[in-house]
Amino acid sequence: MSSWRGSPDLGSRRSAPPVPGSAAYRDLPPVRLSGGTARRAGFRPGPDFGRDRRGRLRRLLGKIFGAGSPLRRLDWILLVAVLALCAIGTLLVWSATSTNGMSTADPYLSKDILNIGIGLALMAGVSMLDYRQLRQYAPVVLVASCVGLLVVLAPLGHFTAPVNGAKSWITLPGGFQIEPSEYAKLSIIFVSATILAVVPRRERRPRLRAVGIMLGVAAVPLVLVLAEPDLGVVMLMLALIIGMIALSGIRLRWLAALVVVGAAGIAAVIKLHLLKAYQVSRLTSFLNPSADPRGTGYSAEQSKIAIGSGGLTGQGLFHGQLIAGGFVPEQHTDFIFAVAGEELGFVGCLVIIGLLAVVLLCAIRIAARADDQFGMLVAGGIAIWFAVQSFINIGMTIGIMPVTGLPLPFVSYGGSAIFADMIAIGALQTVHRHRSVFD
Amino acid sequence: MIPASKRRLASIALIAVALLSVLGVRLYNLQVRGHSSYVALASQDQVRSVVTPAVRGEILDDTGQVMVGRQSELVVAVNMATLGQQSDGGAAELSRLARLLKVSEKTLQERVRICTKGVQQPCWQGSPYQPIPVAQNVPQPVALQLLEDKSAFPGVSADIQPVTDYNQPLATDAAGMVGYLQPITPQELKALNEPVTGFTGDDLVGQAGLEAQYDAALRGTTGVDEVATNAAGQVTSTIKDIKPVAGDDLVTSINGQLQIDVENILANSVQQAHADNPGANSGAAVVMTTTGQVVAMASYPTYDPSVWTNGLSEKEFKRLFGTADGEPILERATQGEYPPGSTWKVTTLTAGIRFGDSLYGSYDCPAAVTVDGHTFKNDSGNEGQMSLHQALVVSCDTVFYNMGYQIWQADHRKDDTVTSPTAPVQFEQKIELDWGFGKDTGVDLPQESPGTVPTRQWLYYYWKDNAHTGQDWCKYGRANGSYVQQIEYDDCRFGNIWEPGQAIIASIGQGYINVTPLQLARAYAALANGGTLYSPRIGEELVSPSGKVVEKITPPVVGHLPASKNTLAYIRSALQGVVTSGTAAGTFGSFPLNRVCVAGKTGTAQVFGKNSTSVFASFAPCNDPRYVVVMMIPDSGYGADVSGPGVRQIWDAIYGLQGAKASLPGGKLPAVPHITTAGRVVQTTPTVSPTPRSSPKSGAQAPVGLPFVQLPADTAVGGKPRRVTSGGP
Repeated sequence: MSSWRGSPDLGSRRSAPPVPGSAAYRDLPPVRLSGGTARRAGFRPGPDFGRDRRGRLRRLLGKIFGAGSPLRRLDWILLVAVLALCAIGTLLVWSATSTNGMSTADPYLSKDILNIGIGLALMAGVSMLDYRQLRQYAPVVLVASCVGLLVVLAPLGHFTAPVNGAKSWITLPGGFQIEPSEYAKLSIIFVSATILAVVPRRERRPRLRAVGIMLGVAAVPLVLVLAEPDLGVVMLMLALIIGMIALSGIRLRWLAALVVVGAAGIAAVIKLHLLKAYQVSRLTSFLNPSADPRGTGYSAEQSKIAIGSGGLTGQGLFHGQLIAGGFVPEQHTDFIFAVAGEELGFVGCLVIIGLLAVVLLCAIRIAARADDQFGMLVAGGIAIWFAVQSFINIGMTIGIMPVTGLPLPFVSYGGSAIFADMIAIGALQTVHRHRSVFD
Repeated sequence: MIPASKRRLASIALIAVALLSVLGVRLYNLQVRGHSSYVALASQDQVRSVVTPAVRGEILDDTGQVMVGRQSELVVAVNMATLGQQSDGGAAELSRLARLLKVSEKTLQERVRICTKGVQQPCWQGSPYQPIPVAQNVPQPVALQLLEDKSAFPGVSADIQPVTDYNQPLATDAAGMVGYLQPITPQELKALNEPVTGFTGDDLVGQAGLEAQYDAALRGTTGVDEVATNAAGQVTSTIKDIKPVAGDDLVTSINGQLQIDVENILANSVQQAHADNPGANSGAAVVMTTTGQVVAMASYPTYDPSVWTNGLSEKEFKRLFGTADGEPILERATQGEYPPGSTWKVTTLTAGIRFGDSLYGSYDCPAAVTVDGHTFKNDSGNEGQMSLHQALVVSCDTVFYNMGYQIWQADHRKDDTVTSPTAPVQFEQKIELDWGFGKDTGVDLPQESPGTVPTRQWLYYYWKDNAHTGQDWCKYGRANGSYVQQIEYDDCRFGNIWEPGQAIIASIGQGYINVTPLQLARAYAALANGGTLYSPRIGEELVSPSGKVVEKITPPVVGHLPASKNTLAYIRSALQGVVTSGTAAGTFGSFPLNRVCVAGKTGTAQVFGKNSTSVFASFAPCNDPRYVVVMMIPDSGYGADVSGPGVRQIWDAIYGLQGAKASLPGGKLPAVPHITTAGRVVQTTPTVSPTPRSSPKSGAQAPVGLPFVQLPADTAVGGKPRRVTSGGP
């Protein structure tokens, strides 16, 4: 009897839903429907619906918190882990900015809290959507973020401010900035998932043509980001593209061929000196940061010193000497992990990494339980995104990855990043809400 | 879902966990295993030392007049490390600065040009990271403009820097005594263990003279601020804060006016002798109290110590250290070693009395004494029988030859063939050592020569060091060669033997005997004061910047003359006779002895190949001696002819006789000047020409209105500046 629940496709197998008030309807076990599913399943409140024995308030509460309510169907473990990361991030941003290194401490804290608040609202909004609607939004997000990337690149002096050698931000009136590349990551996930989810009937894998289309579409934001140049985002996008193609289920030999072609392309880029010297040195200086401590390796070296001096339990929140001295550049954004390292120590770092692991495993579990290929690809793509970005970010603070401009998800200060992260969590939640119960 | 996707999802989960595990392992290595090394690196990162050199104390004379002062000047410096970071290499800033300082752009560019390969002089020899001084004594408005318009002059600093201010001509006339300052050497740095700024202009130490002797007190305490800084170099907290404490002022017993007079008189004496005898080109004179305080100490030639201030040029170096100009760098009063001649006879006399001769006996003064075939003549022929009093008055050599020979004869003759450095000191030489000769006086100057008293030990080493090495007598000596070669031949074979001939000529202050003028002066001071031998002192007091006397310096007693008070009184009366009726009677012919009774002894020491060394040692007043005046001029002539007149003029200058201006009226020393908290003197006993301690140039007023001169009250004495420099990272 319950076999039709959750999947609108199954609706076609039934000629009609039970009529409310009929014997068949009454015999139904308590319905656990999300609103949308129920509506699509043909549920309509009957005329005597409002005169139920339960009061209106109880019904309202039941709707919100009841067994079938959206809140109950959220992945609470994921949400708690994300909120914990945001809380830690807020404290670290506070500590990183309420120091001698920066004169205006307070705006960072309040803006960070505001960012997280907006981000949570975005997450709630997205999680209320049916994730399949993301398909419709994906091209919009892609086009918008590509336009944004173009604006960043265009010589529109007062709109864009170069930050640390790269133009990545659009400056808006009122002190707000938009970083289009953050949304470009999202759009790549959504668009790729849309394209790769198309699996022809009687086939077990997407067609190579779909992979080709996906590569062609993803190349647009990739090239724009490359032109910024934001190498961290480029690295992340490459990982995303490869990861999502792998997830899509195409044959491994095609994937291998693709990787070989890609690697050859990168080799050509380096050989033909398409990268600027400072980009190469930025990418390689992490190998020997002490060789040029005041130059490209300075950030990496200072960050390592800060984290190393944290020891097992850290120097205590707000008591990091190097952080207080502002020795680590970008310590509230890209190098926020250095603050954790010095002030919270090894234990605190493990807590953050553990929370990130929870987020990743939740995302992968959601992907595994997703109702369809699209949901799986969205959740899987988001898992790859967070995994790679966390690794690159933390890795650069401890000297095993090059210094790039990728923030630590949920923890680093930065509006666009947090918004994009939260939208992704919202997407995960909606995929989770619509999961198939058979898994 | 596609089965392949599911498998790959599992792989991605594994990869994600693996990546996070890598981070965990790396963090463990960094934070747990590498913790201590990163803590060390972290502290290096944050701690900066700001070394603040203390303001150096001044050197004052006995009236509080500044001999060597410290003055502050506004110095504009350019930091090329900052300018080099500008897009045009700082050319625009330099051009602005040139206009402000009213110098040509080209000149300024030459001053800040850093010496590297292929760069021509003039160029900056110092560290390129050190601010290069481009203008000194800058007018205050210019400095203010530089400081206020930091955006136009980011690489330019205007600092108040201490500069040594020499009070001329006094500083030049006392150059050997005051010494000089030079940048600290690595060895000194190690020995002193002093924090340094690293800027050569700041980290100066006394390298000679009083500046070196009292360096620790004059230098004060260097301030060290250890501060935690942020990445921008801004100070976030103070770890250690040792405030600089200004150095103490050194009040000396030198009388500035007399010092100038004595130097002039000495210079005149040497120059007059030089007119007759070109070999005469140097000399020394000492005026000291009978209690061991040096009142004036002159050395000729002298030099202007300010040549050291901005680094010595090669030309100046050659003049200072070269023999062509008489090595002005030598402080001859303490470092010059000259034969004392007949002034030495007082020691021989006391030796004779100790040996058993009668003070009141009659002694033969023949024309010559012959010992072992060698004849030792008396300078003035046969004078017959005489008392010891008369022997001193007429300076009969043969009386003292006999005295010395007779002592030699009875004095451990078997030890005279010296085979070991532990052979006993001869009877007569022991007496001479007791007079304070042959060893350092212990005066408060870092360099001093001990002179020579030829003890058996000294003879042993002299022979050992020169027979086959050193002068290598055995190589150059010839039995039938020149006079020098014959002596070398003899010395090669018998140089370790204390021969009677050496004992005889040592009795009249010749041969091996050498003394420094200061040794002679303190010996005569002891003779005059009844037998107390002092270690002379130039410093009188160390006064803290707040005017408190930190240390009172009194000449310590280091010995007593080997003679009874009676013997010394006898000698004093004889030396009075020298001036009234003896060898110096002519010299002091018209001297108003009735006003100031001077007693003294001439000395004319013959030196092979040169003219005699002219010596005169004297004290006054005869019955209550307060001062001793000694002058020694080598290669010049008779004591009564060269040094004698010089000493007489010095006595004139002290007491204001014969038209001279009295520097010590009535022979009274000025009371120790009282230094007020303002660092300026409150004049004590009025002297004839009270000299204000504060010269108009010296920075009595701190340059007002400069915001960066923030001096704690206790170190702000006399508007002395403090300069803050930061050590590099």
